Order: sequence, then C-alpha cells, then structure tokens
Amino acid sequence: MQVNNKFTMTVLSRSANESFARACVSAFAAQLDPTLDEISDIKTAVSEAVTNCIVHAYKNKIGNIYITAELLEPNIIRIKIRDRGCGIENIEKAMEPLFTTAGGERAGLGFAVMQSFMDAVSVKSAPQKGTTVTMSKKISRRFKLNA
Amino acid sequence: MSVEINVTGEVVTAYLSGEIDHHNAKEMRESIDNAIELNMPTLLVLDFKNVSFMDSSGIGLVMGRYRNLAKSGAELHITGAEAGIGKMLKLAGIEKLAKLEGR
Ligand SMILES: Nc1ncnc2c1ncn2[C@@H]1O[C@H](COP(=O)(O)OP(=O)(O)OP(=O)(O)O)[C@@H](O)[C@H]1O
Ligand SMILES: [Mg+2]
Repeated sequence: MQVNNKFTMTVLSRSANESFARACVSAFAAQLDPTLDEISDIKTAVSEAVTNCIVHAYKNKIGNIYITAELLEPNIIRIKIRDRGCGIENIEKAMEPLFTTAGGERAGLGFAVMQSFMDAVSVKSAPQKGTTVTMSKKISRRFKLNA
Repeated sequence: MSVEINVTGEVVTAYLSGEIDHHNAKEMRESIDNAIELNMPTLLVLDFKNVSFMDSSGIGLVMGRYRNLAKSGAELHITGAEAGIGKMLKLAGIEKLAKLEGR
C-alpha cells in the first residue's frame, strides 16, 4: 500500500501524555478530512493503546512509547503504538472483553474499544520484550463543496 | 475542578467535566467516593453533559462507583451523555447497571 504521509513520535509513559498523544494523532488524521465521529473513534482507540503502555507495559516504571501514524491509499490511517515493556503472555485472552490483570478500577474493555472503533487491530507481543498494537481505519471520502 | 458535587436530600449528583482518561479519572473517582461516604445517598447521578471525551477509564469509573453503591443498595443514574460518550457506555453494557437518561 502506498504511504502518502507519515509521522513518528516518542513519548515517555507519563499519564499526561495520554491526551497529548491522542491530540497529535487526531491532528494528523485531519489531513484525511474525517468526520467528527471518525476523529472521536481514532482519539479513543489511541488513548486505549497508549494508556495500556502506561498502566500495564511499564507498570511501576517509566519507559518510551513509540507512536507512528501513516496515511495510506485509499484514505486509510494506520497507527502503530509500541512499547518495550512487560509484554503479554496470552494475547487472545488479553483481548477478550472484560479481561483485565489490573482489577479494581479497570474495566478490561480497552481492546474491545479499539476493535469496535477501528476497522482492524492486530497485536504482537513477547513477554519481557514488549508489545506492538497496529490499528487501521478507512476514512469516508466526503463530497467537498469547495474542491 | 473536574467534578462538582450537588447534594439534595438523599440524592448526590456529580457533574463531571472535561476529558475522562486514566490521567484524570483518579481525582474524579476520589471526589465522587468522598461524597458517597459523606452523604450515604440512595441515588447517585453522574452527569456527563460537559464531558468532551471518555475512554475505557471512564467505564471503569462508572463500574467502580456502581459496585460501591451496590453495597448499600443505592441506585445509579447517568444523564447528559452525548453521542460519543453514549457509544462507550453502550459498548460496555452500562444500561444493565444504571438507568441512562438523555441530555
Ligand atoms: N501494552 C501492554 N503491555 C502489557 N500488557 C498489556 C498491554 N496492553 C494490554 N495488556 C494486557 O491486556 C489486558 C487487557 O487490556 P485492555 O485494554 O483490554 O483492558 P484493561 O487495560 O485491563 O482495562 P481498560 O482498558 O478497560 O481500562 C490488560 O489487563 C493487560 O494485562
Ligand atoms: Mg486498557
């Protein structure tokens, strides 16, 4: 697939970067002229993946979160969010709705949200090495009055 | 402040505002739980009218408060959720735990 544009950023796993990261990716996605609903879906999915790096991957420590977003033909955004944290033992289990290893205040719905708000989500992970979440979404082409 | 609390008789209403994510949820959670402990309401209303963004951390917040209230048999209502927030609440099946009212 042809890559028309791309940006990469690295942030520390500080919770203040949750809103920063989703704002950056959604500002980049604006180049595809998404609807407000599409922007909101992308923001939410990014927030889920970045929060997982902070809460799970780098639990009790601070590490780098690597974020890449690409704009592909035809009008698709592909987002990669990678950490070098603790990794996931059983990815299938982790992706089940309501499954959480955090207990208490977490719902276990992050992956379910990513899957329902994006068109495709894939997860690669190795224990003690880290996790990469790749998600993509096709943005509807809207009729432009002033094209 | 991201939460404003109003107490009327046995009803505690928490007006949430801004973005609910993992970064902000802790403070919101604490002020709601304080109000529950202090006032022992029979009904907690969570008002989302001024919430512009919410991820699954917000769902965790709602579910956690539901569990707290269930101990004393109190009810939970949710009001004012706009489309995006409503989508999250629906995905989580919150309508099984709380009465949802439009804005
Ligand atoms: N980047 C990651 N590194 C290590 N473990 C992860 C990562 N992302 C997810 N997990 C594991 O997968 C589980 C499920 O993740 P998911 O986002 O669906 O739920 P959650 O984060 O536990 O709760 P919620 O997202 O609803 O707050 C987590 O509890 C955690 O064990
Ligand atoms: Mg999560």
